[in-house]
Amino acid sequence: MSLLFDIVLLSMLALTALRIIFLKDLFAVVMLFGIYSFLSALIFVNLDAVDVAFTEAAVGAGISTVLMLSTLALTGRTEEKSSHSSFLPLIVVVTTGAALIYGTLDMPPFGQADNPIHQHVAPRYIEQSPQEVGLPNMVTSVLASYRGFDTLGETVVVFAAAVGVLSLLGVRRKEREDQESGLKAHRVLRVVAKLIIPLIILFALYVQFHGDFGPGGGFQAGVITAAAFILYALVFGLPQAFKVVSPRFTEILAPLGVLIYAGVGITSVLKGGNFLDYNVLAADPVAGQHLGILVIELGVGITVFAVMLSIFYAFASQTEKANIQ
Amino acid sequence: MLDPHMPILPILLPLIAAPLSLLLGRSQLSWMLAVVASALSFFCALSLFAVCLDQGAIRYSVGGWPPPWGIEMRLDTASAFILLAVTAISTLVLVFAKESIAKEIDADKHSLFFTAHLLCLTGLSGLLITGDAFNLFVFLEISSLATYTLVSLGKDRRCLTAAFRYLVMGTIGATFILIGVGMLYMKTGTLNMLDLAERVQAIDSSRTINTGLAFIMVGVGVKLALFPLHMWLPPAYTHAPSAVTAFLAATATKVAVYVMIRFIYTIFGAEHVFHEMGMDLILLVLAVVAIFKCSFMATIQSNVKTVLAYSSVAQIGYIILGISMVSVTGLMASLLHIFNHALMKGALFMAVGAVFYRMGSVEVKAFQGLGKHMPLTMAAFTIAGLSIIGVPLTVGFVSKWYLVTGALEQGNWLLSILVLLGSLLAVIYIGRILEAAYFNDLPKSVEASSVKEAPVLMLIPMWVLVVSNIYFGIDTDLTIGAATHAAEWLTQHTDAMGARP
Amino acid sequence: MSFVADYYNYWVVVFLMMTGFYVVISANNLVKKIVGLNIFQTSVFMLYISMGKVTNGSAPIVAEGIEQYSNPLPHVLILTAIVVGVATTAVGLSLIVRIKRAYGTVEENEFQDKDDVI
Repeated sequence: MSLLFDIVLLSMLALTALRIIFLKDLFAVVMLFGIYSFLSALIFVNLDAVDVAFTEAAVGAGISTVLMLSTLALTGRTEEKSSHSSFLPLIVVVTTGAALIYGTLDMPPFGQADNPIHQHVAPRYIEQSPQEVGLPNMVTSVLASYRGFDTLGETVVVFAAAVGVLSLLGVRRKEREDQESGLKAHRVLRVVAKLIIPLIILFALYVQFHGDFGPGGGFQAGVITAAAFILYALVFGLPQAFKVVSPRFTEILAPLGVLIYAGVGITSVLKGGNFLDYNVLAADPVAGQHLGILVIELGVGITVFAVMLSIFYAFASQTEKANIQ
Repeated sequence: MLDPHMPILPILLPLIAAPLSLLLGRSQLSWMLAVVASALSFFCALSLFAVCLDQGAIRYSVGGWPPPWGIEMRLDTASAFILLAVTAISTLVLVFAKESIAKEIDADKHSLFFTAHLLCLTGLSGLLITGDAFNLFVFLEISSLATYTLVSLGKDRRCLTAAFRYLVMGTIGATFILIGVGMLYMKTGTLNMLDLAERVQAIDSSRTINTGLAFIMVGVGVKLALFPLHMWLPPAYTHAPSAVTAFLAATATKVAVYVMIRFIYTIFGAEHVFHEMGMDLILLVLAVVAIFKCSFMATIQSNVKTVLAYSSVAQIGYIILGISMVSVTGLMASLLHIFNHALMKGALFMAVGAVFYRMGSVEVKAFQGLGKHMPLTMAAFTIAGLSIIGVPLTVGFVSKWYLVTGALEQGNWLLSILVLLGSLLAVIYIGRILEAAYFNDLPKSVEASSVKEAPVLMLIPMWVLVVSNIYFGIDTDLTIGAATHAAEWLTQHTDAMGARP
Repeated sequence: MSFVADYYNYWVVVFLMMTGFYVVISANNLVKKIVGLNIFQTSVFMLYISMGKVTNGSAPIVAEGIEQYSNPLPHVLILTAIVVGVATTAVGLSLIVRIKRAYGTVEENEFQDKDDVI
């Protein structure tokens, strides 16, 4: 059954990807990309990667698609015919693909429990992390504790993206009051948005704190919270959204999350452990782990929320002034 | 006695300074914070370097978890040596940048510039210090994203297309590295570099491992601008603000070379990579082509920054040449040239930045007459230029000397002739600019009184680098000692993950 | 047959990677290049996650009655990689918006004509 799912999903993915190559209508390309992302999320669920599926759906099908559509609104909907031949790219791609297939030939077979990847490092995460870190969700234990430094790097990457987008686009705040912005005229949208947005935020808080026990965590929660406010901005207009969460506020929150995360690490050092050693944060090591993970996930959530929202603000506020086709 | 947390400080200091810089928002404050953070990192790098020369390698487990379950930081002499160069250049460029960006970046983006610079420094430091293959990827992307941002801050619109092309090529490179690391992980089950080394070298010949090696080499090749994957570099260096180019030219590609060295020597094992996979021949050919094609391209450009950009690709060719010799001397010459080239190119791009500051242009024509009107700047350019050519008493000569020695050691006199021929091309492309500066007068359209010397804050860092060029060219003990120690450690030492180094 | 069953997952992923890679290097429109880049990266993620799957295993969350878990480490790596991917996409798209404003076009063949290409 799982095998059947796998084959069907993979074939749909392949078809979607192939169609994207030949389409000239970029709006359709972006929509197909959203579909590609959702299908990947389904495949991830099928492969037991529930946290990853959650994140891929929120980020790939959510944020990336929104940003691409905002860009298309500014740059135009169709692709021109290319002036150079596609022979050379085809050669490059076929060569690379052949090299990769060659590389797969003595890979460990798919799914076997005695593959090298499941020996040596992984068993400790699976068998001992519930005692050492005390969380049911092993992915969160590894992400936030064992490999917490990677996650700090990831938060810095998100922050770097904000710096990049802000320096390239900035947020244009001078909106004329009579500017038609948002979809207020659509009553159904307005009413439904008002109903849904609080629920989305509530769900995001749930995801933030429940990440220890099920799929979720700071990153997914940050994206979902941002999505709630993006929905608000889409329906009620950008000027209104700026009054609720101002761009300046997001520019303050974004660095704050990184500093909170690094701050936890420094607290560990001050208490005598290594950087990001949560065991020393409380009298009982496992309690220390819980505390450390709670705070760093908050830091991640805050930064991700602020960055995603400020990137959206930056893109959305360009529409008024740039060339629209 | 070394503070036990010292290994992580060069990463932490800029990592914390960057968000603080954004919060502060004011250009002056951000600048001061950046300089302080960078200078403190430099002092940490100094003490780490001293310890490495003494005891070999320093290790630090982040999070208190032992490797391979946790992420560990691992510094040896090679990484400490390059870290020293990176932090030093970063501090000097930041001092230089204060005046330089006034003319090259819009005022409301200055704070963002310093934030991005700090992020780039965080990424580069992390790349050098980390001992975990996936952590390397994360820091690589931090530095890359910051770099794309920095390049795009220029005023000429071509910096945008340059940054975009860099972004696409750089991301493809990083994804190739991710694929390669994935293949290694699949066969060994670990991500810690030393652990990988043990396990990879224990596997006899495996198609997956070899394909992983190939993908990592290509990915790193994009990042270090190895011919023919260098196409992103000339436009990016030309159109980025001068302070950005000075920093990137001296550091970013060199750190990528370090990553290549780390994968070849520590993880895969030089024997396997060079002799069984034939990488020595491939790298040799690519290096030689890079040296000649790019030195030639440098001679025909009209924009001085483009000349120096092509020169940089050629110099990277020299560094790769040293690696492809598969000898301790060759590797030592490469590590030495990484350090020396940072000094040379840093000074050159700073001088060019000063010329842009006063003249508003960096075409060769704009240099006419500057020998008289901007004597200090042009003197700096001249000395650094002579260093690129490889004139005795400069660091450039020392690196070229050891490259030639390494070639002759292997009886390869053809290679040594090629190295010297490359210097001849350098004479042409540097000479053209010196001729304009010293043997021409100011063009009639330029007001003589408006052409003054560069501001002090720009001259000082420039001259610190120039003086280092000469100092380390004459008193070579420190740099040669460090490079030799690093090369020997890399080629002979195979420390096991569990053992204390 | 079992050989195919062992590896088809990886082969399809390789095919998807190459499709994305092809779009990146051959597309004329810059936005499409970014879409291709995303497809390329997402396919690499699938490679990693396929590695971690254990047949008849379950998601790596401790639950009553589950004996076999899939490997959590690839999941952690890919969570980070997804974030890196979206960060790159955001910066790339911002560059495209600026390029459009500066050049009036985002088709590669059109602005190469307007520039001194180095």
